[in-house]
Amino acid sequence: MQEQRLQEVRAVLKTVDDPELPSVSVSDLGMVHDVKIIGSQVYITMVPTFAGCPALDFIQRDVQKAVTELSWVSECEVQFTFQEKWSTDAITDEGKKQLKKHGIAPPPENYQPGNEWTVACPYCDSDFTSMENVFGPTACRSILYCTTCKNPFEAMKPVVDYVY
Amino acid sequence: MERGEEEMIESAEKAKQDPIYLNALKDLIYQLADDDFIISFRGSEWLGLAPHIEEDVAFSSITQNTMGHALMFYNLLEELGEPEADQLAHERQSNVRKNAIYFEKKNGEGHYTEEPYYDWALTVVRNFLYETFKKVKLEAITKSSYQPLANVAGKVLMEQPYHLAHWKIWFNQLYHSTDEAHERLQARLLEASEEIGDVYELGHHATEMEHFELMISEGTLRERWLNEVSKTIQEFPSIDIGKKFGSGREGDHTPDLNQALEILSEVYESDKDAVW
Repeated sequence: MQEQRLQEVRAVLKTVDDPELPSVSVSDLGMVHDVKIIGSQVYITMVPTFAGCPALDFIQRDVQKAVTELSWVSECEVQFTFQEKWSTDAITDEGKKQLKKHGIAPPPENYQPGNEWTVACPYCDSDFTSMENVFGPTACRSILYCTTCKNPFEAMKPVVDYVY
Repeated sequence: MERGEEEMIESAEKAKQDPIYLNALKDLIYQLADDDFIISFRGSEWLGLAPHIEEDVAFSSITQNTMGHALMFYNLLEELGEPEADQLAHERQSNVRKNAIYFEKKNGEGHYTEEPYYDWALTVVRNFLYETFKKVKLEAITKSSYQPLANVAGKVLMEQPYHLAHWKIWFNQLYHSTDEAHERLQARLLEASEEIGDVYELGHHATEMEHFELMISEGTLRERWLNEVSKTIQEFPSIDIGKKFGSGREGDHTPDLNQALEILSEVYESDKDAVW
């Protein structure tokens, strides 16, 4: 039964979207660190994407609400931990697909911290794109422009483990 | 700083067992939190006033993220038994704040709501010097004996290269543009060198910080910082760095900090129970 309940919670987490990235679930963004179930109580530990993200409170509330709607759940506690590092590598393939569908290019691979980067256009896949502003409407996104299809678009800003 | 004989402290509970360790640790975290907090506040005052719209988006994004870093440090303090983050940010008097004095300096003459004659040269120089410093200090702290702090430093360092890269671009482009831009940056660099000398100080608990391997020594920090600065600015004076207004690490501050605190806590003071 425990295993089945865990799967139910995991399934619910795939339905809770990031409020600033509609249709991309917190689960596919790689924000769910750990799920613990004790009887009818659920404890979820999540990893924030960017530290300054103002959506964290909303995500916490949305996750709690969605999980509590499972009939057997009496209580759900959601906590963010800053002790675990989120990186853009944690985004699942499904997450990347959904981002692209909404005009947001998934983060580039092989990014070196501090270096410039670009990505292919999420609409036409062209490589002829340019960085307009590395800082976009939210901490996790940048603004680019596609020279081929002449569309502005956004991309998830790559963040990777800092090797010192 | 190599992790040697000294044991790792994995939790707040364990850190609280030794009052000498605890006090040194808290002082170090207050420096990190207060630096991020005050530089974010001065950054937020530029909202709507930056040189162009793209910069407005970029600078406010950096500022918001840096405020998030301050919050992570205040949260660590909360775990160590200090008041909650909102109180730490809004209610502490200037004489217990530990930010370096240069970061509290007003953006320029005038007032945000009236005639703000803010100076972009000061902002570029200050933020560049700050981000280079933040980088080397946090790099050292990733090897700190207090594991929760080392982890947060690692997280911040994943985001901070974007901030540093931004101010490097501004500095380099302005420095090599017109004579006026060059001169104004030079003047602000000179001013910074007279005032910023408390930045690499570690305050009253410096010896303990080093002893417990919480942090590298002031001398090493200073050396690494100046080395980092020199990668972009060869002309920054590295010998005569002064601290004209004292040491913020020891609680010295200028009236500019009080001016900032008065404004930033105005709404909070009007209704402390409000939930935002």
